[in-house]
Amino acid sequence: MNARNVSLAILAAIVVAALLAAPLVLKSYGIYILSLWAVTTIGAIGLNLTLGYAGQISLAQAAFVGIGAYCAAILTKNGYPLPFAYVLAFASCFSIGWILGYPALRVEHHYLAFVTLAFTTLVYLIFRNEEWLTGGVSGIGGIPRPVIFGYSLKGAAEFYYFCLANLAVVSLAFWWLIRSPWGRAFVAVRENPIRALSLGVDTRRYTLMAFAIGAGLGGISGVLLAPLVQFIDPSPFSLTASLNLLLMVVIGGSGYFFGPFVGAIVAVLLPEWLRFSGGLYLIFYAVLVMVLMAVCPTGLIGLAGRVLKLVSKPAAPAAKAAMERTLERTT
Amino acid sequence: MTTEILQLIVSGLATGAIYALAAIGFSLLWQTSQTINFAQGEFVMLPAFFILIAGNLGLPFWAAALIGIAVSVLTLGVLFKWIVVDPMIRHGVMPLVIATIGLAIAIKESVKEFYSAQAQPFPPLAEATNITIGSVVFSLQSLVNLAVAVAAVVALQLFLSRTYTGRCMQATAQNPGVARILGINVDRMILYTFVINAALVALASILVTPIYLAKFTNGETLGIYAFIAAIIGGFNQVRGAIVGGLILGVLDNFAAAYLSAQYRNALPLLILILVILVRPQGLLGRAEERTV
Amino acid sequence: MTALLSVDNLQKHFGGIVAVDGVTFEVHDREILGIIGPNGSGKSTLFNCILGQLQPNGGEVRLDGKDITGLRPSDLNRRGVSRTFQLLQIFPQLSVRENLILAGQEHQGSMVTRLFGARDAGMTPAAEKMIDFFRLRHLADELAGSLSYGQQKLLDAAMALMSGPRLVLLDEPAGGVNLTMLADLKERLRAINAEQGATLVVIEHNMDFVMSLCTRVLVLAEGKPLAIGKPEEVRNNPKVIEAYLGH
Repeated sequence: MNARNVSLAILAAIVVAALLAAPLVLKSYGIYILSLWAVTTIGAIGLNLTLGYAGQISLAQAAFVGIGAYCAAILTKNGYPLPFAYVLAFASCFSIGWILGYPALRVEHHYLAFVTLAFTTLVYLIFRNEEWLTGGVSGIGGIPRPVIFGYSLKGAAEFYYFCLANLAVVSLAFWWLIRSPWGRAFVAVRENPIRALSLGVDTRRYTLMAFAIGAGLGGISGVLLAPLVQFIDPSPFSLTASLNLLLMVVIGGSGYFFGPFVGAIVAVLLPEWLRFSGGLYLIFYAVLVMVLMAVCPTGLIGLAGRVLKLVSKPAAPAAKAAMERTLERTT
Repeated sequence: MTTEILQLIVSGLATGAIYALAAIGFSLLWQTSQTINFAQGEFVMLPAFFILIAGNLGLPFWAAALIGIAVSVLTLGVLFKWIVVDPMIRHGVMPLVIATIGLAIAIKESVKEFYSAQAQPFPPLAEATNITIGSVVFSLQSLVNLAVAVAAVVALQLFLSRTYTGRCMQATAQNPGVARILGINVDRMILYTFVINAALVALASILVTPIYLAKFTNGETLGIYAFIAAIIGGFNQVRGAIVGGLILGVLDNFAAAYLSAQYRNALPLLILILVILVRPQGLLGRAEERTV
Repeated sequence: MTALLSVDNLQKHFGGIVAVDGVTFEVHDREILGIIGPNGSGKSTLFNCILGQLQPNGGEVRLDGKDITGLRPSDLNRRGVSRTFQLLQIFPQLSVRENLILAGQEHQGSMVTRLFGARDAGMTPAAEKMIDFFRLRHLADELAGSLSYGQQKLLDAAMALMSGPRLVLLDEPAGGVNLTMLADLKERLRAINAEQGATLVVIEHNMDFVMSLCTRVLVLAEGKPLAIGKPEEVRNNPKVIEAYLGH
C-alpha cells in the first residue's frame, strides 16, 4: 500500500462519510439536490459505458430515463410496487437498445448517434401526445414514494439513503462488469477494434451489449427519478436533456470509473451555483466542454490525472506504473 | 386532387432544396475532413440573426444580407475551422463531435440570451403572392426559393467539376491521402469546404427563415433535417445530399398535409431509422467496404 | 502433405487499381511459407483478403477444404486462424500479461459464461507459459506501451499465438527489429512451428530472415504469383531476380 493508494482511500472514506452524514446538516432542498445527483449519476454511469468504454455516441439517454420514469409513475400509481418498475424499465430499455443498435452498428460513421437522435425526438413526441398513457403535457403527478418491507420512504432523508443505496449497488455492479473479461474486451473494442477482431473479439456484440446495458441503466435512473420528484412531464426527457447528459459524462471524464460521479456534480450543482447569471450557465457549460475537448478530451478526471503526474516527483518505473494505473481508465 | 398533389410536390421541392443546401455542406465537411458537424442546424439558424442585426443598424435588406453572408463565411467557415476543428481533430473524431454538440448549445443559448427568445419576423425574397398556372396554384415564394436554391446547387456543381480548384476539392473529398501525394494543398481545400458550407448555410438561412421565423430553436429541426437528408441520400456523395433533401422536403410536406399535427414531425425520423435499417449507405451511396 | 489453406484465383481491386490479380497457391500443414515481393506487389492486400479484413472481388479461400472467403476476422480467429499486423497493434494501456489474457479469452466458453466466470477467464496459466516462452518474464506486469519496439513485436506475435491457432499469418514480423531480437524471434517462431505444430505464413522484406526461416517461399509481383518453391530455388530463379532488380 503506497502513499498514493492510502491517500485515495482516505479521500474516499471522507467522501462516503460526508454523503452519509449530509441529511444531518442539510435542509430538505439540499437533500433533494444530493438525491438528484445520485439518481443522475446512475444514468450517467450507463452513458459512460456506452460512450467511454464502447466508444459510441448515444443521444438517447434522457429518453431511456424518461421511459423508466413513466414506467415507475404508471405502475406505482396503479398499485404495483416499485420492483416491478425496475424490471419493466430495465427490460424494455435494454431491448430497445439492442433493437436500435443492431442495424446502426453494422456501419461506421457514428450512425448510432443519428439513430438515437431520431429515437429521442420520437419518444418525446410519444410522451407528449399519448395523453391516455402519459398524461401528455400535463404529466403524471402524485407519484408515491416506495414502501420497503413496511418502512415508508416518504421522507427526504429516507428516500435519499434509498437513492444512495441504489447508486452503491449500481456502482458495484459496474465495477464488477469492468473487472470481468467483458471489461477487457471493452478496452480492446475502444482502443483498437481491428486488432480486437483479429483476436476473436466480437466487437459488434460487445458494443451492442454496452449500449443496451447503458440504456437499461438509464431506465433504472428514471425509475428512481419519478418517486424523487413525484411529478413527471415530458420536458426533462427531451433531446436537450440527452445532450446535457452526454456533455456531463464527457466533462466528468468518459471512460473513467468516477467520471459520471464528477460529471453529475457539475450538471446538478452548476445551475444552482450559477443561478444568479440566468441562462448564461448553459453557455458557460457548453464552452467549458469545447475547451476541455481541445485541451483534455479525457475530462476533469483526466485533467486531474495529468496535473497530479506533473506535480508528483518522478518515481521508479514499477511504482510509477502502479501510480498511473490507479488514475488510469479502469480495465 | 392531382392539383393538390402537384402543389404539395412543388412546395415540398422548394423546402427540400433548402434542406439540400444544409445537407450538402454537412456531407462535404464529413467527406473532406471527417468533421461531423452537429451544430449544422444552428449554422442555418444563425446567419438570419446576423442579417437582422445588420438590418437593425439601418441597412437595407440586400446590404444586410450580404453582410450576413460575409460574417457567416468568416465565423462559421474560417473561424470554425481554425478555432474549433483544427485544434481538436488531432484528438480524433469523437472529441470533435462532442465539441460541435457543445458549439450547437452555445450558439443556441447565446442567441436566446443576447438577442431574443421570441420569434422574429424575417423578410422573404419574394412577396407572399400566388401564381396560378392552369388550375394549379403556386406560392411565388416557393418558386423563388426553389430557383435560388437550384441556382446555388448548379453553381456549386459547376465549380466542383469544371474548375481546377473544384476538381482538387473533389479529389480531397475522395481520398485526402492520395490528393496530398498528388501535390494538392489539402489543408487549403479543406478550408474551402468550410467556406462553402458557411456560404450554403447562410443562403439556406435566408431562404428558410421567412417560413420558420427567426427563432433560436430553429437549429434543432433544421439540423435533424440536414442529417436525415445527408444520410438518406448517401453520406459519401454530394448528389446524395441533394436527392435526400428534395425527397425529405416532399415527404415532409405530404406528412404536414395528411398526417396528424402531433405526429407529422415523426415521419422524417421514421424514414431515417428505416433507411439505416434497410440501406445504410443511402439511396445514392456506394456500399462501403465492410467495416466488420 | 495436406493443404491446410488453399487460395484459388483471388482478386482484389480498388477502383481502377488491381492489387491482387488472380493469386493461387496452397499452404501445407505444418510448413513455414514465406511471401516476398517488391513493394506494391499486393502482399498485405492478399493477407487482408484471406483474413476477412477486406472483401475479395473474386476467387476463393479454403481452410481444410471449407470455404472461408469473406468471413469476418473474429470468425476466422475462432476457427484457428490468427495474425499479426504490419503496424504494431498491441494494447499499450494494458500490461503484458493482460494483453495476453485478452488475446486468449475469447476462446474460453461463451460471452455469457465469461461474464460470470473468473476475472481472467482462466487464461493466466496459458499467459504465463507464453510469457516464459517469449522470455518476457521480467516485463510481465509492465504496461505494454512502455516496452521497446522489439519487445512489443514479440508480444504481438505472442498474442497471435494465445488462441492456440493452427495457422498464423505474420505481416512483416521482423520490421524494425534489431539483430539480436531478430535471432530470438526467428528461433521462437521455429519453436512454435515445431512444438505446437502451428503452420506459419510470413510476409517479409528481410531476405535473410525469410530464406533462413521458411520451408517454401512464394514470390508475388504486381499482384500475380511469380514463383513458388524452396528458398534456394526461388533465390536463383531468373524471373525473381529480374522482378527485384529489373524494372
